[in-house]
Amino acid sequence: MTQEISPQARKGWMSLLATADEARLAALFDTLDAAPDHDWLRAPETGGVMVRGRTGATGAPFNLGEMTVTRCTLKIAGGTVGHGYVQGRSKRQAELAAKLDAMLQTDAAPEVQDKVLAPLRHEKSTARDARAAKAAATKVDFFTMVRGED
Amino acid sequence: MPELTQPELTQPELAQPSADVYSGGFADPAVASAHAFRAAMDVMARPGTWRPLTGGQAPEGLSIAAASLLLTLCDPDTGVYLAPDVDSATLRGWLAFHTGAPVVAAGDADFALGGWAALMPLDQYRIGSSEYPDRSATLVVELPRIPAPNARLSGPGIKETAQAWVPDLALMQRNAMLYPLGVDFFFTCGSEVAALPRSSQITAEG
Repeated sequence: MTQEISPQARKGWMSLLATADEARLAALFDTLDAAPDHDWLRAPETGGVMVRGRTGATGAPFNLGEMTVTRCTLKIAGGTVGHGYVQGRSKRQAELAAKLDAMLQTDAAPEVQDKVLAPLRHEKSTARDARAAKAAATKVDFFTMVRGED
Repeated sequence: MPELTQPELTQPELAQPSADVYSGGFADPAVASAHAFRAAMDVMARPGTWRPLTGGQAPEGLSIAAASLLLTLCDPDTGVYLAPDVDSATLRGWLAFHTGAPVVAAGDADFALGGWAALMPLDQYRIGSSEYPDRSATLVVELPRIPAPNARLSGPGIKETAQAWVPDLALMQRNAMLYPLGVDFFFTCGSEVAALPRSSQITAEG
């Protein structure tokens, strides 16, 4: 059964799955009760994509650089289609990401949210906070000595 | 100061694609597309001969041969024109998912797909220029069945003459007279394909 999903929510989990560590993702996937079978619609393939950016998010687009991406599309039992787009060249991770994307559109969604997405989200924000804290510790305040001009 | 534009985020026709959009690609892309490309080259090199061409399966009644041709020849750099009789949101989605080819107007198309009547008039397609005769369109014509030959072909790839069916004799002769400009044709029916390049001279049979 497929239910209505907001594009924002799907963007969120696609991003999490794309940047997750492969070993961690596989470990979390194994904690799920049931892993569905799948048919390939597009077998995993690796290629390069041009990442584009905009200065200040509003300026003219420019090419930031190329990155390696692995993608695949599969259909799990029940007919739900899932897409996996992950950074790097891991076909296994692309398969897991696509499977999880498909499961998140079915009744298995709450379980996947709890057992896979929540830990990933927590780890990602922890890592970001740790990095930000490390950077904040090196912050230098510049100030100008009074030079006696007035 | 460059103009500030917002990226386009809306893709209404792909918002809720049906499952058909994703199926029907080559099972083993490297091998299957090489076989399909060989078939396409063979029929182009031997005008008038029919050859099997399989592997792809497009949604909604497009023939296997036409689907395999699109999968083999189209990529993000080739504009495809879909004639009104085959154009549908599902086919556009299928084409976008499997090939990434943009759907364009007839006058900008590298490939055009449809039935013969829906593809007309012929002069709306690009025929190339003297400097670049390769910048012309290739028409993939869907046929309900393989018709009996009504014309005699001669020219490159044909030893003496070959019998073939051409849809509109006078029109096709005019296209051949444009050589080295003009458009090329693939004819597809079920899982069979034939071709008629602009280099073939066409005379009426009998």
